[in-house]
Amino acid sequence: MSTPRLKLDQVGYRYGDLSVLENISMTVRPGEFVSILGPSGSGKSTLFRLLTGAITTDIGTTEFDGKLLAKAGRSFAFMPQRDALMPWRKILDNTTLGLEVQGIGRKQARERVSPLFAEFGLAGFEQSYPAELSGGMRQRAALLRTVVQDKPMLLLDEPFGALDALTRAGMQRWLEAMWEKHRWTAMLVTHDVREAVHLSDRIYVLSPRPARVIREIEIDLPRPRGRDAATQARAAAIEADILETLLKPDTGHFDGTSSQEAAAT
Amino acid sequence: MSFSQSPSGRLAVQMISHIRHALPAILAVGSLVLIWEGYAQFSGVSPTTLPAPSRVLAQAYQYRQALFDNAIPTLRATLSGFALSLFAAFLLSVIVDFVPRLKRALFPVFIISQTLPLVAIAPLIVLWFGFGLLPKILLVALVTFFPMLVALSKGYEATEPELEQLLASMGAPRWKLFWLARLPSSLPFFFAGLRISITYAVVGAIFAEYAGAAKGLGIYMLNAKNNFRPDLVLAAVLVSAALTLCLFGAAVLAERLAMPWTRRTSSGGASR
Ligand SMILES: Nc1ncnc2c1ncn2[C@@H]1O[C@H](COP(=O)(O)OP(=O)(O)OP(=O)(O)O)[C@@H](O)[C@H]1O
Ligand SMILES: [Mg+2]
Repeated sequence: MSTPRLKLDQVGYRYGDLSVLENISMTVRPGEFVSILGPSGSGKSTLFRLLTGAITTDIGTTEFDGKLLAKAGRSFAFMPQRDALMPWRKILDNTTLGLEVQGIGRKQARERVSPLFAEFGLAGFEQSYPAELSGGMRQRAALLRTVVQDKPMLLLDEPFGALDALTRAGMQRWLEAMWEKHRWTAMLVTHDVREAVHLSDRIYVLSPRPARVIREIEIDLPRPRGRDAATQARAAAIEADILETLLKPDTGHFDGTSSQEAAAT
Repeated sequence: MSFSQSPSGRLAVQMISHIRHALPAILAVGSLVLIWEGYAQFSGVSPTTLPAPSRVLAQAYQYRQALFDNAIPTLRATLSGFALSLFAAFLLSVIVDFVPRLKRALFPVFIISQTLPLVAIAPLIVLWFGFGLLPKILLVALVTFFPMLVALSKGYEATEPELEQLLASMGAPRWKLFWLARLPSSLPFFFAGLRISITYAVVGAIFAEYAGAAKGLGIYMLNAKNNFRPDLVLAAVLVSAALTLCLFGAAVLAERLAMPWTRRTSSGGASR
């Protein structure tokens, strides 16, 4: 197997006395879509805070492309839990933010982003302010801002968490199609079991705080998913199984090291 | 095209709704003035004690040249002092934002400066800096500086943490974070502070003039009072109130121009 893109080895983190992450070991291979499922407040956003360098820890090691994370530089394009669009910038200027920070000129940045507006369902809204967009459009704008940065890996923190069920289902299909086209290496945080099963190659299930990996599940359903009855039935079975683990975490494997399970096969 | 969709039509609709909003206030002020007028006319109180509003207006008109001549220095002192205050407050707010320890050292000093009674400070500043423009500028700056500094600092702190994390993940250095996120986030706070401070600024300038000046609404009020002309005192008050309202209006206008994204959304005119 090639070197994983991202490798966490027994990473831990505490906010003062509050232990949030314990013994987290995960890998993400290049081109892989990995989801993290866990109850609210378990420490999923904290994990992303560690990866983006907002906080640091000396418990465990994190490697990116075989190098320690601290030395790997800015390797992630991060999409925060709330869209974090700047209300004072028009959508076009919001989506170029990452390029601007990288020092790319405004004009050049716009030229790079503009052709993607149609694909992201935002054509015609370049000159609108975020408050003028629907929730789904805002999320797509935030996602566009994330992917144009052209980083080796995407970190998506509950991108559809704030959307209504119908919009969310549409966005999940759309993201699935986008991913199949672009094959980003991505890590997605979600509480939505269905979303995780439909989008991921692999899922890590976390326990309530302090978060540990209680299950690792390979999803080898054929893509595109959820179109034919057979795949849907298998997906539903996996979903039910994961839900069971989430609702009764103490029946899972609490040894901290990830238990290789192939629930899908 | 319906009436409400043409630009001038929409403006007219907005005007009408504004007026309807202001109607209770207009009625309240109007009836107060009427009661005052009636009392001054029929109670037999001397106009040197309580002049009727009609008399104040008539005198204001008669002395319009003098009032105008005295309003100009007050306006000049207000604007120069406020400009100085804005500049200093902005500069310091930036410094303090980058060096938080400085904030803890300096803010108590500024808070104390806000507790000084103007009646005591104004004559002292005039004593030290003379009858010219400088003491007025300093006094205006003194009363408006700290509120503006606090408004800006609060505004920087109101930046969404997720936005900061996002920019950090993009590799933005601290100054870029300030420029791209903290400064724009502070705008609503800045303008809220501006609207309040600009009214303090006029009062500050008049206070300084009251303590000693060659010309200005403050000294005009003092002289009118000493000449037993309460009607002219009130006329000068009227002028200063009008001045304050104009400056307040200018602040509101500046806010709208500087933050177009708040305007477009509330009017709902951008739906596609
Ligand atoms: N800055 C902080 N200081 C102290 N405790 C914190 C801080 N940020 C988060 N926590 C705590 O850490 C725990 C994990 O928070 P985190 O935001 O990582 O959860 P999460 O898994 O992302 O939850 P959600 O799914 O609701 O977004 C929570 O219990 C929270 O109270
Ligand atoms: Mg979270």
